[in-house]
Amino acid sequence: MGMTEKRHETIELKGIKKLYRMGDQEVAALAGIDLVIHQGEFAALMGPSGSGKSTLMNILGCLDRPTTGSYKLDGEEVAHLSDDKLAVTRNKKIGFVFQNFNLLSRISALENVALPLVYAGVGGKERKERALHYLDSVGLADRADHQPNELSGGQRQRVAIARALVNDPHIIMADEPTGNLDTKSTKEIMEIFERMHSLGRTIILVTHEPEIAACASRQLLVRDGLITKDAGKGVVMDVV
Amino acid sequence: MLYSESMRMALTALLANKLRSLLTMLGIIIGVGAVIAMISVGMGVRKNVTDSIASLGSNMLVIMPGSANRGGVRSAAGSTITLKYDDAEAIRKRVRNIDYVSPTVSGSYQIVYGNQNWNSSVTGVTPDYMSIQSLKVQSGSFITESDMSKRNRVAVIGTTVASNLFGTENPVGKNIRVNNAPYKIIGVLAAKGQSSMGRDQDDVVIIPLTTAQERMLGITYVQSINVQVASQDKMEQAQSEIETLLRQRHRITGGKEDDFTVRNLTSLMETMSQTTGMITLLLGSIAGISLIVGGIGIMNIMMVSVTERTREIGIRKALGATFRNIMMQFLIESVVISVIGGMIGIILGCAASMAISVVGDFSTVITIAPILISFFFSVGIGLFFGIYPARKAAKLDPIEALRYE
Repeated sequence: MGMTEKRHETIELKGIKKLYRMGDQEVAALAGIDLVIHQGEFAALMGPSGSGKSTLMNILGCLDRPTTGSYKLDGEEVAHLSDDKLAVTRNKKIGFVFQNFNLLSRISALENVALPLVYAGVGGKERKERALHYLDSVGLADRADHQPNELSGGQRQRVAIARALVNDPHIIMADEPTGNLDTKSTKEIMEIFERMHSLGRTIILVTHEPEIAACASRQLLVRDGLITKDAGKGVVMDVV
Repeated sequence: MLYSESMRMALTALLANKLRSLLTMLGIIIGVGAVIAMISVGMGVRKNVTDSIASLGSNMLVIMPGSANRGGVRSAAGSTITLKYDDAEAIRKRVRNIDYVSPTVSGSYQIVYGNQNWNSSVTGVTPDYMSIQSLKVQSGSFITESDMSKRNRVAVIGTTVASNLFGTENPVGKNIRVNNAPYKIIGVLAAKGQSSMGRDQDDVVIIPLTTAQERMLGITYVQSINVQVASQDKMEQAQSEIETLLRQRHRITGGKEDDFTVRNLTSLMETMSQTTGMITLLLGSIAGISLIVGGIGIMNIMMVSVTERTREIGIRKALGATFRNIMMQFLIESVVISVIGGMIGIILGCAASMAISVVGDFSTVITIAPILISFFFSVGIGLFFGIYPARKAAKLDPIEALRYE
């Protein structure tokens, strides 16, 4: 009886290909990926640059569409949706955490956290309450009125995590979330991810650092547009 | 997404770049302000001209004697002495749709009362003159038919004459001397003020036509006949009947030239208002060009703004902003610039127009129409010139935008 049995399939990729035309040649960034990620999994996506890792990340995050193949997110086919439908899907089902935080600099931490709710059409009062709740969950309730440039790197990333959580998404996509942070902040952020995992969130973490990937419950190695290794927790994969 | 939210975003973005927003608005401010000021000047000119024509009387035909023509050399209009009082009487009796007929003669004389003297124009009129010129008598009475038939030496004076000769004294019943002959004052006219041509309309002495012709000027003709027609649409009919009647009375036949001219003030008014309308349009459209230039300024700044905020757009899109959300955000921003600019422009335009009328001693006319039109035009400009940059922003690919440095 494995851990994943009976669990809901949050992500189901079948034959995902992404082709780019470069001059006369057709280059496959993704060469046909099959992947299932279950609800509550904490998956680390690894791979050298040029492996197709970023492309896979963009497709998983509904920022991009595959050339062919099927992508079921929470049972719904999203591989070939229109731009606006993809935007709505991102808003409702995906929370992003980026390497360089990507907070809006002119508005407060609270307003940054509330931003996905603006596009979800949530009213002002409820937005504020929910944003404050998630800011509190990352320990930054007292920094709600600060602008991003008044916060440390670690604090900014925690604001970004609160923003990723605020609309209660199906998956959290974290793209090198600790890449710009010092050791102490990295530890804090990874603790937050582990806590989220223990609370049952599905997390996909893109990283090139084996130590970070080791925190995840599953490690995936992408190489030449394919998933070449799929291992459990604790294994330190050799990326290169 | 709510409009109020888009509005708040737009205001935040504009406040973040206050000087730039203000400079962008300046184009619209100057454009709208100029349109309003220029149109108010144009309308002021129009009003002054039409007022001065209207003050001559509405639905008015003016009959003047023709120019003398001796051996092909023509003198000025009015140089012949062909119009008679009887012509006026004939017009009154035989032409249809006529309200008043007022023949006049005039001359300039020294008027003396006690040790005071004053030079003024003395006009000989019939009782109809009062109605045709819309005069009101402030105290006393006007010239009557009986004064006419008896050739009475009576006079009605304007307030300028009254104050210069009598000061605070009541002139009614007093005797003045005009050209050394005594005249009894029977009335004082209510003040009419200055005409728009700059003539003091209260500087007048009015006496019966018959008295003026026979006792003062020693003439038998009249210098002009003013005819007031019952309504605007009867003007042409009345004019042609008068012409026929006068040709007949003056025994002018066939192709011979009239010895009189009938002037139609309506056609003059139409020409003048057409001309001033053109001036207004010209001034307005020149100012309108600056509005369009202002719009291009908005577009320019919005393009820069979109490029600068590519990353912000990427973030918003990643978080779920749709094409419409981004489009609205930038469109509202450019409309807000143009609306605020438009409102400031309206205030400045009205202020400029008032300043022109105060400093330039020239009345300008501010009406609601150019204010509304230029306001909505500026909103339209904000929309029109905002669409392209907003579309550009909304069409950005989120992956590219997030990667933008």
